[in-house]
Amino acid sequence: MEKNTYKQIVKKYTPKENRLFNGFVAFVSGGLMGVIGQALVTFYERMLDVPNKEALSYMMITLIFIGCLLTCLGFFDKWVHFCKAGLFVPITGFAHAMQSAALDYKKEGLVTGIGANMFKLTGSVIIFGVVSAYVFGLLRFILFGGNV
Amino acid sequence: MIYLNSFLFCGIVCLIGEIILDNTKLTAGHVTSIFVVVGAFLDIFGIYDKFILWAGAGACVPITSFGHSLIHGALAKASNEGLIGLMLGMFDLTATGITAAIVISFILAMIFNPKD
Repeated sequence: MEKNTYKQIVKKYTPKENRLFNGFVAFVSGGLMGVIGQALVTFYERMLDVPNKEALSYMMITLIFIGCLLTCLGFFDKWVHFCKAGLFVPITGFAHAMQSAALDYKKEGLVTGIGANMFKLTGSVIIFGVVSAYVFGLLRFILFGGNV
Repeated sequence: MIYLNSFLFCGIVCLIGEIILDNTKLTAGHVTSIFVVVGAFLDIFGIYDKFILWAGAGACVPITSFGHSLIHGALAKASNEGLIGLMLGMFDLTATGITAAIVISFILAMIFNPKD
């Protein structure tokens, strides 16, 4: 078969993704995550009477816990498949990637499975974050003297 | 009002991620890595702090705030301790998130088994 005809056939049968719909779903689900985060912060500030910074930390931990638990229970994969960027850009996506890597490699044992592969998907986020933060931090330290 | 700002900011960040994902060949891992670098970059001129003031938790939930917290902790330590502070304080603010993620996902991986 000619290469071009093959490509045309592939193109014909690849399911078309509705980009407008995807964007809308990502916007709404991502926005709802932000609202949930803000609601948790307000809740912790009122109920535990802690300052804003601590409430933000508690909110992060809560969202990470929810993301990990829902991944274990099997709901989160379907939701991520539907919402895409709306769920993996917030911190829940970080938790989800970590938890699914840990679960996938569980059968290979504690050290060589979970221990070695837990950061398989999230390692890139931490590495690029640290390298860029160091370079940009150095830049700002030289330019403005590091006053935050 | 802060709820509306949170909704708008977090929604727009996710929308940008979805647009990148749909229109290029980059995967979810690429998008999150790009967003972390962007978050750190926006902190050179202190732009991300203004977002946090405006949108509250809505600016802290997306992964961009991870890059922001990394550089913020590093600079806070660097202003006291000099250049070595950049390395000393790198994980100061993100330590809770990373530790929580590691501990929680390890314990839950012990309890649950993968589906299918």
